[in-house]
Amino acid sequence: MSAKAEAGSTQQSRKNGGGKKAGGHTEKLLQPGTEAPDFTLNSTPDQTVSLSEFRGQPVILAFYPADWSPVCGDQMSLYNEILPEFHKLGAELLGISVDGSWCHAAFKDARNLQFPLLADFEPKGEVCRMYGAYRDEEGVAERALFVIDKDGKITWCYCSPVGVNPGADGILSALEDLHEPAGKESA
Amino acid sequence: MSDGQLKPAVNERDHVEGPEDAPVTLVEYGDYECPHCARAYPIVKEIRERMGDRLRFVYRNFPLREAHPHAEHAAEAAEWAGESGKFWEMHGALFEHRSDGPDWLDDDRLLQYASDLGLDPNDLERALMEERYRSRVRTDFMSGVRSGVNGTPTFFINGQRYDGNWDLPELLDALEGAGAAR
Repeated sequence: MSAKAEAGSTQQSRKNGGGKKAGGHTEKLLQPGTEAPDFTLNSTPDQTVSLSEFRGQPVILAFYPADWSPVCGDQMSLYNEILPEFHKLGAELLGISVDGSWCHAAFKDARNLQFPLLADFEPKGEVCRMYGAYRDEEGVAERALFVIDKDGKITWCYCSPVGVNPGADGILSALEDLHEPAGKESA
Repeated sequence: MSDGQLKPAVNERDHVEGPEDAPVTLVEYGDYECPHCARAYPIVKEIRERMGDRLRFVYRNFPLREAHPHAEHAAEAAEWAGESGKFWEMHGALFEHRSDGPDWLDDDRLLQYASDLGLDPNDLERALMEERYRSRVRTDFMSGVRSGVNGTPTFFINGQRYDGNWDLPELLDALEGAGAAR
């Protein structure tokens, strides 16, 4: 069986900035309207990326539990495929997990991922915690998505049940809303 | 925003098998290089045989190009064959030749399948080079993204995403149930 969404996992309404569907914990995330906390994390063993570098353009943060697990692989592969659409909407995508940068490097290479994977590795999970996207029980990131506008404010967030790939529709809709506050659908 | 509804609905651009007024429409978003889709192929085939005219089946492309380097050309080859009315023949070949070995979707194999179907492999080669069907495949792909497709295969039954088990008995049950509800 492929890793598949359960019913309704990607049908969160934008109106309430996410929603509180069973399984996910969108309500515990930093909420829309909040200033996105800045951070600096390794993107490769010898390079770092700071959120503030992207001020002036939208940013998508995709927190995910672990490199290599099948669902994450599918999710990141999907985002890789949709990257041109994210870029058309002016947005950069950053993946974040608690894996170390060497692990990320191998994962990125294996999946041919064209966007940075950031290592929230030391102190472990610190950035995940800042965003309310840490799973204390397992010590990994939630499968949580944030869209941050050009001024560094969170405009949309969604937390998926950990075993469910949330797809990309919510991200695209949130990015389109940044361009068209009326929320016109262009699908 | 997706609510698990197929967007756009089945239309004249789609590859359709089965009567337009069938009580049940099954739409699959698939990738010819995906092992899960390969496993689903004989299941769907069996269901198409069992349900006959009570089922309309539609296939849309969802190639994960970065993960599956041959999936895009395979999808374009099926679209190309579709221009000559042989979409379903090529669709079947792309899944069935998987058992030939790991190179079953290499470009020269695609050209061979074209020849096998009595089509002109030289034209397929040009079509792939010119990316003649690329935007068509991408349109399918993005319609899947906007419909909430998050991996392959993803099925829609009468326009609603089906998130259940798609082994033969379960998928058949779901389809028969959707038909009975009509």
